[in-house]
Amino acid sequence: MNTESSRSPVDEVFGRAAAGERRAVGRLLSIVEAGGPQADEVTELTHGRTGTAHIVGITGAPGAGKSTLTGQLVAHIVACGGRPAVLAVDPSSPLTGGAILGDRIRMDDLAGGDVFIRSMATRGHSGGLALAVPAALRVLAAAGYDPVIVETVGVGQVEVDVAGTADTTVVVVTPGTGDAVQANKAGLLEVADVFVVNKADRPGASDTRRDLELMLDLSHLSGLDAAAGRRPPIVMSDALQGAGATEVWAEVVAHRAWLVANDRLEGRRASRSRHEVRVRVEQLLEADVDALLAAPSGQQLLDSVAAGELSPAAAAHTLRSDLLAAD
Amino acid sequence: MTEPNIRILLAKLGLDGHDRGLKVVARLLRDAGMEVIYLGLRQTAESIVAAAEQEDADAIGLSMHNAGHLTLAPRMVAALAVAELEIPVIVGGIVPDEDVAALRDAGVAAVLGPGAPAEEVVDVVRRAVDQRRSTG
Amino acid sequence: MSAMDGDDRSRWSKAYEGAVLRDVPFETMSGVPVEPVYGAGPYPGQYPYTRGVHPAMYRSRLWTMRMFAGFGTAEDTNGRFKELLHHGGTGLSTAFDMPTLMGHDSDSGWALGEVGRAGVAIDTLADMRDLFADIDLATVSTSMTINGPAPILLAMYIAVAEQTGVERSALAGTIQNDILKEYQAQKEYIYPPRPSMRLVTDMMRFTTAEMPLWHPVSISGYHIREAGSTAAQELAFTLANGFAYVEAARSTGLPVDDFAKRLSFFFNAHIDFFEEIAKLRAARRIWARWMKERYGATAERSLLCRIHTQTAGVSLTAQQPEINIARVAIQALAAALGGTQSLHTDSYDEALALPTEEAARIALRTQQIVAHETGVTNVADPLGGSAYVEELTDEMERQAEAIFAHLDELGEGSILEGVYAGIENGYFVGEIADAAYRFERGVNDGQRIVVGVNAFTDGDDPENRNLLRIGPETEDYQRKRLDAVKADRDGQRVQDTLAQLTSDAADPTLNLMPPILDAVRAMATEGEIVDALREEFGTYVEKAVI
Repeated sequence: MNTESSRSPVDEVFGRAAAGERRAVGRLLSIVEAGGPQADEVTELTHGRTGTAHIVGITGAPGAGKSTLTGQLVAHIVACGGRPAVLAVDPSSPLTGGAILGDRIRMDDLAGGDVFIRSMATRGHSGGLALAVPAALRVLAAAGYDPVIVETVGVGQVEVDVAGTADTTVVVVTPGTGDAVQANKAGLLEVADVFVVNKADRPGASDTRRDLELMLDLSHLSGLDAAAGRRPPIVMSDALQGAGATEVWAEVVAHRAWLVANDRLEGRRASRSRHEVRVRVEQLLEADVDALLAAPSGQQLLDSVAAGELSPAAAAHTLRSDLLAAD
Repeated sequence: MTEPNIRILLAKLGLDGHDRGLKVVARLLRDAGMEVIYLGLRQTAESIVAAAEQEDADAIGLSMHNAGHLTLAPRMVAALAVAELEIPVIVGGIVPDEDVAALRDAGVAAVLGPGAPAEEVVDVVRRAVDQRRSTG
Repeated sequence: MSAMDGDDRSRWSKAYEGAVLRDVPFETMSGVPVEPVYGAGPYPGQYPYTRGVHPAMYRSRLWTMRMFAGFGTAEDTNGRFKELLHHGGTGLSTAFDMPTLMGHDSDSGWALGEVGRAGVAIDTLADMRDLFADIDLATVSTSMTINGPAPILLAMYIAVAEQTGVERSALAGTIQNDILKEYQAQKEYIYPPRPSMRLVTDMMRFTTAEMPLWHPVSISGYHIREAGSTAAQELAFTLANGFAYVEAARSTGLPVDDFAKRLSFFFNAHIDFFEEIAKLRAARRIWARWMKERYGATAERSLLCRIHTQTAGVSLTAQQPEINIARVAIQALAAALGGTQSLHTDSYDEALALPTEEAARIALRTQQIVAHETGVTNVADPLGGSAYVEELTDEMERQAEAIFAHLDELGEGSILEGVYAGIENGYFVGEIADAAYRFERGVNDGQRIVVGVNAFTDGDDPENRNLLRIGPETEDYQRKRLDAVKADRDGQRVQDTLAQLTSDAADPTLNLMPPILDAVRAMATEGEIVDALREEFGTYVEKAVI
C-alpha cells in the first residue's frame, strides 16, 4: 500500500521515463505489456500527460513493406526535426507463445537521432493487446515522443482495431496480389485515412490504384470521415527505393490538420477512449462471470442446464441478475 | 503471477555474415516460448545497447564465426557496463574451447559451442535470465 | 544400341581420339584395361553434357587442385601461395578478410578485431603487390573470392600485372563476383541489387573486350548450401542466378555467345554421396538446355557448365576434428565422380579456426589420393547408367525446374526480375532458413546422425588442438602500413579520381572499370572507392526473414 511519503517503484521509473531516460521508457513498456496492477498504475500516471502527440497507425497485409515504409517515414520525420517512436506489433506463435520480432532491422539503420523503437508480440491475448497497445502508446507520448507510430499486421480484428483507433491510419497495399481486395475484406478500407500503394514500380500498380478508387466510389461508408466529405488520398510509393515517404508523411500531416480544422480530433480520441473503456469493462466482467460460474450457485445453474431443466438463455439471464445484484 | 516472457536480443556483431546458426537459434528460442528480438547482421556494441534499452531485453545472444570473438565480445560487455545495463551476454558460434575462460573472465555469461543441442541452448538462456531476475 | 546411339558413339569416339591423353596406364590396379566410358549416350562432351563437359574427361586432364588461402597480411599469404605451388597446387585461390570483403579499410571502426582473421587484408594496390610478389601472373591462374567490391580487386590485380610487365589480356583466372547469392545466402552485399548488378555487367563487358582468359563471374551455389539449403535448392538458385546474369548481360547489348563461354560455376560437395553426384550431372544438363533453348546460345562453349567444387565446410565438426579428413575424402570423391573441373578440399580444422599449414597440406593430399590412387579418373562418368544415379539426376532436375517456374512467374517471364523479386520478398532466405531448420531439428532429435556430435562422441580431445591464431599484431601492422601508404600518395589525384568515379556512376551507360582502375592506380583505398560508389548507389539493408 502506498503512503503519501514514499514513491512507488513504478512512480520512480515513470519519473525517469518522463525525464527522457530510454531505459526507463523500455521498462514501463514491459510493465504495461505484462498487464496487472502495475500496468494500471502506469495507466494512471500517464493519463492526461500524453500531450498532443500525433498517434499514427500503419497497417497492411504481411509483406506489404510496412516496416520498410515505417523506416523511411521515421528517417524523414527525424530529418524534419521530429522525435518519433515506433511500436511494432507482431504475432506470437499460438502454440508456444514465443515470437520472432524482426521489424527493427529495416528501421534501425535509418533511425539515427532520437528515435525509440519497441517490438511487441501479441502474446495470444487479443483482449490484452487491445489494452497494452493504447497503454504503450501513452507511455511513449508521455515520454515526449511525437509522433507515435504503431505498426500492425492487418489481419485479425484486434490488429485492425488497434491501428484503426489511431488519429491517422495508413493502410499499405501492394500491386498484383489482390491486396486491395483483401484489404477490403479485412475491413481495412473502413479505417484508412491514407492509402499507400507500395512497390509502385511493380507491374499492376496502377491497376491496384484503380481498384482502390473503385472501392472508394462504391463504398458510402469508406473512411471514418466519409460523412464529412473527406476521401482518403492514395499515395504511390516505393519504400525500397526510398521514394514516396515524403508524400506519405505530407498526407498524414494533412489528415491531422483536417481533423483539427473540422473539430474531429477530439471525436477520434473520444471514440478511442470509449473503445478502451469498453474492453476494460469486458475484461472485468469476464473475471466476475468466471467467479460466479465457479461459485456453488453457479454450479447448480450449470447442472440444471446440463440436465435439460433450464435453457442456457434462462441461466444466462439469472446469472446477469446475480451479477448486477452482487455489488 | 506467472513469470513474464523472456525477451532476448539476437545479433551478429561486426561484419561476419554467417547467420544460419543465429536463425536456427531464433526459431528454437521462439519454440521454447521466448520473444526473440532479431537484430540480424552488422550490429555494433552501441547499436545493441540502444536496442537493449528500448526493448527492455532480458538477455543478449551473439553469434560469432570470424575469430573476432576475443576482441568483440568483451567490447559488448563493456558497452553494456558503461550504459549501466546488467544484461547477460551469451556467445555462440565458433569459439575454440581454450577461449571460453577468457570470454567468461571478460564478463560473458555463457558460451555455447558449435553443435550445442536445442535443450542446452534454451537452458543456458533460461538460467542466465533467472539469475539476472533473482539478483536484479 | 539404337541407330541414334550408334551415331552418338561414333561421334564421341572421334572426339575422344582427338584428345591428348595423360601418360598413365588406363587399367585397374590388377592390370585390367578399362574403357574411357561405359553405357549409353549421349556421351561425355555431347549435348546436354550430363556425363561431362569433355569427351575424355580426366584421362586428358585432371581437375585443377585449387586451394583457397589467405590470412594475415599480404606477405603472410604470399608465403602460403608459394608453399601451395611448391606442393603441386595448380592454381591460386585468394580468401580475403571480412573488412576487405565488405569494402571497409583496415582502419575503419568496422574492421576492429577482423583484420586478417578470415583471409588476407587488402586496402590498397600496395597490398596487392605484396600478395603476388615473385609470382609470375602470366603463368598462374588466380581465383579471387570477392563479390561486393569485386571490380576494385580486379582492377588492383590488373594494375599489379601491368606494373610487372604482364598484359591484362594474358591474365587467367576467375573472380567470384556473384552478387546475387550474397543477398540470398552469404550476406556480403554493399549496394542494393540493381546497382550491384550494373557493376557485374560492367565487369562482364570489360573482361569480354579486354581479358579473354578471365572468368568474370563464378556463379556460386556453395554459399547457398552452406547457409542450409537442400541440394536441389542449391542447384536451382545457382542456375537461376546464372540465367539472371545472362539476361542482365544481354540487356546491355552483349551477344550471348560472346560472354557465356566465360561463365563458370561453383558448387558444394556435401556428404550425401549420390545426391551430390546427381546434382552436378543435373546442373550440366539444365544449363546446356536453357542456354540453347531459352537464350539461343549456339557456340558449344556457351552450353558447358564448367564446375569448381569445394567440400562442405558446414559438414565439418568441431568435435573430433580429425575425423573430418574422412568426410572431406568422401566429398572429394563425389566431386570427382560428378565430373568437376576444379576442386578445393577443406582442411579438417576449419570448424574451429583457419587451417594450419599442416591441415591445408593434408587436404591437398586427400584430393591427390583421389586423383592418383583410386583409379576413378580412368573412366568418365563411371556412375552414368546406374538406375539410382540416373533417377536422382532426373529428380534434381524436376525440383529445379519447379523452382525456375516459380521465379519465372514472379518475374513475369524474366528470371532476372524473378530473382530480384525473390530477394526483395525474402523468398530465397526464407526457403533456405526453413531447410536449415529442418536439418537442425533432425540432428537435434537424433533422426540424423552426425558422427562425433550426436553419436559416437567418445574420443574428443579439446586440449590437444593446434589452431592457427592470428594475433592483434596483424591489425596494428596493417593499419600502420595503410597510414604509410596514405601519407605517401598524391591526395589531390585520389580526390579527383574518386570524384570522377562518383560522377560516372550516375550515368548507367558508362563502364565503371576504367575509372576504378584510375582510382586504384592513384592509391585510393578500397574503402574510399566503395564509398565513392555508395554516394550514388546507396546501401542495402535486408528484410528479416527467419
